Amino acid sequence: MTVTDERPTVEVAEHQRLVTLKIRRYDPEVGPEATWQEFQVPVEKGDRLLDALHHVKWYIDGSLSFRRSCAHGVCGSDAMRINGVNRLSCKVLVKDLGEVITIEPIKGLTVLKDLIVDMDPFFEAFKSIKPFLITNGNAPTRERLQSAEDRARFDDSTKCIMCAACTTSCPVFWNDEAYFGPQAIVMAHRFIFDSRDEGADERLEILNEKEGVWRCRTTFNCTDACPRGIQVTKAIQEVKRALIFRKV
Amino acid sequence: MAKAPAGTLYRGREGMWSWVAHRVTGVLIFFFLFAHVLDTALVRVSPDSYDRVINTYKTPIVNLMELGLTGAVLYHALNGLRIMAIDFWEKGPRYQRQMTWAILAVFVVVMVPGAYFMLEHTVRTMFGSAT
Repeated sequence: MTVTDERPTVEVAEHQRLVTLKIRRYDPEVGPEATWQEFQVPVEKGDRLLDALHHVKWYIDGSLSFRRSCAHGVCGSDAMRINGVNRLSCKVLVKDLGEVITIEPIKGLTVLKDLIVDMDPFFEAFKSIKPFLITNGNAPTRERLQSAEDRARFDDSTKCIMCAACTTSCPVFWNDEAYFGPQAIVMAHRFIFDSRDEGADERLEILNEKEGVWRCRTTFNCTDACPRGIQVTKAIQEVKRALIFRKV
Repeated sequence: MAKAPAGTLYRGREGMWSWVAHRVTGVLIFFFLFAHVLDTALVRVSPDSYDRVINTYKTPIVNLMELGLTGAVLYHALNGLRIMAIDFWEKGPRYQRQMTWAILAVFVVVMVPGAYFMLEHTVRTMFGSAT
C-alpha cells in the first residue's frame, strides 16, 4: 500500500467543518508495512470521533477496519490511540481534538488489520486471575448479603468494561506481553476486596508471580487512559499492599 | 507487523515522564558508580597512580559532569521518595502529579545555588576574575 493523499473536494454544509484524520493503516494482504493515510472528513459540532470514522468507512473507504459495537462507551470495543493517548473513539468529541487527528491501534498487541488488534493475550491475562466468585462450603439458601461499606470497598474496580485502554497504555506491557497488565489486576482487585469472595489468597498468589503486580512501575498511564475513570494505579497499589501486609 | 514508518510517541503525562527520567538517572548513576569503584580501588594498588588519575579529573568538562551527577542523584532521590509515598501512603496515587511538581520545585531550589557553588571555581579559573 502506498500513502495516498487524495483530496477530492468534500462538500461541507454550513453547520459542518473539515478535519483531517491521519490513520495508521495496515493490511497484511496489501503489504507487510503499516502506512499513514489521511482523510478529509466533514464533522458537526457534537460529533464523536467514531462518527468521523464511520464517515470514512461508509462514504470514502470501506476497507478501513476498526472495532465498535454499542458506540456509547459501554461495550469497550473501540479503544484506540487518538492523538497519542488511549481513548474510546465513541467517548471523545472531535471538537476537542484539533484540526489533524492521529489515530493508531492500541500498542503492545499484534495488529491484525488497521485499528484491530489481537486481543487474545489480553483476555488470557483476564482469565488467569479467576474472574469469578470463589467460595468454600455449601452455598447459602438465600442471597449472600453484603453491607454498603463492604460493597463500596471495590466499587471503583467493578466499572471496568475491558476495553484494554489501560493495559495497552502501559510501558511495561509494551515490552512484555506476559505481564498481566493493569486490567487483569483491576479485575483481581474487584474480587480480592469483595467480602463475599473467599479466593483472595489464591488470586494474590497468582499476582505475586514474576509477571504479576510487582512489574508495575506506577507510570499512571493506565489511570489517565481509563474511559471509566477507574483509579487503576491506585487499585494496583492496593493489591501490592495486600501482598506486603497480608491483609485484605 | 513490520516496522516503518514509525508510530507516534505515547503522550504520557507526569507519571510516565518521571518514570523515564528515573530510569535515565538511574543508569547514569550506575555508570558513575562503576567508574568510581574502579578509580577508588586504585588507591590500594598504588596511591601515586590514584593521585595521577584523580588529577586528570580536574578539568571543566569533569566539573560539568559532576554537576550532572549531582542533578541525577538529587532527582533520583527525590523521585524515589515520591514513589515510596505512592507505594505506602494511601492517598499517594491521588496526589502523584502534585508530588511530581513538588519534587521538581525542590530540585530547582537546590540545583540553582548548587550549580553556582559547584561551577564558581571553574568559571573563575577559565574566565579570570577582578579579584
